[in-house]
Amino acid sequence: MITITDLHASINGKEILKGLNLQVKAGEVHAIMGPNGAGKSTLASVLAGREDYEVTQGSVDFDGVDLLDMDTEDRAREGLFLAFQYPIEIPGVSNINFLRTAINEIREHKGEDAISAKDFMAKVREKSALVELDSKLASRSVNEGFSGGEKKRNEIFQMAMLEPKLSILDETDSGLDIDALRIVANGVNKLKSKENASIVITHYQRLLDYIVPDVVHVLYDGKIVKSGPKELALELEEKGYDWIKEELAK
Amino acid sequence: MSHLISNDKEFLSTLKKSKYISKEAEEKAEKALANTSLPNTRNEAWKYTRVAKLNKIKFANNEFKIASIDKYIIDHNAYNIVFVNGNYSADFSSKETIDSVTISLIDESSQVSSNLPVEDEIFNSINTLFLNGGVEITINNKAVVNKTIQIIHILKGQDQISNFRTIINAGDNSDAKIIQSFFAEEDCANSFINNISEITVNKNAHLVIDKIQYENEQTYHISTEEVTQDKDSTFTINTITLNGMLVRNNLNIAVVGENCTTNLNGAYLLKNKQHVDNHTVVDHKVANCNSNELYKGVIDNNSTAVFNGKVFVRKDAQKINAFQSNGNVLLTDDASINSKPELEIYADDVKCSHGSTTGQLDDEAIFYLRARGISEKNAKKLLISAFVEDVFEKIASESVNQFIEEKLIERFHWNN
Repeated sequence: MITITDLHASINGKEILKGLNLQVKAGEVHAIMGPNGAGKSTLASVLAGREDYEVTQGSVDFDGVDLLDMDTEDRAREGLFLAFQYPIEIPGVSNINFLRTAINEIREHKGEDAISAKDFMAKVREKSALVELDSKLASRSVNEGFSGGEKKRNEIFQMAMLEPKLSILDETDSGLDIDALRIVANGVNKLKSKENASIVITHYQRLLDYIVPDVVHVLYDGKIVKSGPKELALELEEKGYDWIKEELAK
Repeated sequence: MSHLISNDKEFLSTLKKSKYISKEAEEKAEKALANTSLPNTRNEAWKYTRVAKLNKIKFANNEFKIASIDKYIIDHNAYNIVFVNGNYSADFSSKETIDSVTISLIDESSQVSSNLPVEDEIFNSINTLFLNGGVEITINNKAVVNKTIQIIHILKGQDQISNFRTIINAGDNSDAKIIQSFFAEEDCANSFINNISEITVNKNAHLVIDKIQYENEQTYHISTEEVTQDKDSTFTINTITLNGMLVRNNLNIAVVGENCTTNLNGAYLLKNKQHVDNHTVVDHKVANCNSNELYKGVIDNNSTAVFNGKVFVRKDAQKINAFQSNGNVLLTDDASINSKPELEIYADDVKCSHGSTTGQLDDEAIFYLRARGISEKNAKKLLISAFVEDVFEKIASESVNQFIEEKLIERFHWNN
């Protein structure tokens, strides 16, 4: 699905990613954990194409295409989805209108016809139920006046509507209470299939009780320094990150 | 006539005096004109709008025929009154009468004598002295007019001036809707409409005006609306400016009766080198009234916009609620806006607020939309249309809204 090779990226001349390697196959869920400042959100931003970051070295192959060569919107149209850590409020732009525009641009990119109003509304009903998002929220302005939990559910709702190949969840769990967390995780799990994959970026092991990863990676100082099965997350929760730093120092 | 046409008014030198005005109005205007010059930027009210270049054109007024008005009709069920360069176009105007409404053209029999201030108001005195035509609409007391009255003005030709006048008298307890729309034919260049509306909204009358400005990038448009509202009346004017090289709107509303509501909404979308200036005055002379003003602008390329909104609350005009807001989005570094909301309050028990915002489109929001597969161009359009939507929302007429949407697609390439 995605192969990241020796990725280096910097912002304002400061190098944040320092040779990151990662491979995720279709059907897999990978978790990326790491201390603050390790580069977790930078990785999400670079993959989504945020222009503040400069990629100085390395490559990203996304299902046969060169991801780094594409504009943000083309990455999305090719099937990459980023669930934002801080979803943006957009007053006056309705969720529905925005999603229909997005779906139709993606379909046009694929050479498909625009979605009919009827099919679109049926899809809105089905997918909003999946994340228990009040259908009233679906027709309101994007994220405007939403609670923290509603914003994150709206991210997963959009993900469900757009049906991406690869989803990157950037700290989707932070700030959520346990009920909201369950709903979000449940949504992600239901969307899981053999054809798609997820990268779950998190600071807390708690999310991984609900979204069970196939592989857990530790991101530290701009690189993946350790990878292992889901139990690695528990170990990190218990011992913190210091032991990794010590291990690296040896 | 030569005595009043000094060097600074050469642009008027070949114009003929109007036969449509009263002797008294003519004398007053002639005297006022002799004593005024085109305003320059040292004049506070014209600080940001340069009109000196009008004097480089030798204006004429020709009676041209046009081939069709199809593309100028906003409401297809409306009663049409059509003018080309201020001259009545019988070919395209409605012939029948409307119940409870008197529509009379301004012509030699009118001998217009109005209270329009001309002292130090050069465009008012020019309009009076050289008046080319217009219409007087009287809505009878208690009349509920179901048919929208659509006044269509079209500029045609080179170096043309149209001194155009609309007089509206909304009777007691009446209810009516008027569309005033302004266009220019494709061949039109260096032409100038000097438009004046005198509007009286009588007791408990409801009057809505949708004013659409869509001339071209080689035309000048200066409008002045003098509105008087009597008690219990509601007056709404929606000013939508979508084209025109230089547009100046002077909207002056005197609220002289209690329990009135005044709604002023405006949207201006500019590109290239356009210049649009909205000057509004709401003068609350008496107590217990509400006024709401919302103007929003989207300013692209090298264009410039000006907003100056003044609200007076006179002494003893207590319990006034006056709200005013102006918002602007600048799409480039070269676009500019001068926004000045002003309140002058001499009463002590009032609720007034004003505010002005200017910003760029939110980069984070654009990125968010692009991250969902929406092109940068469409992302910007979604944000711009969301920004001005709250002005368009105030327009009750479905056909006006639809027309605006068509023009946004045509001129600004908005889709859906």
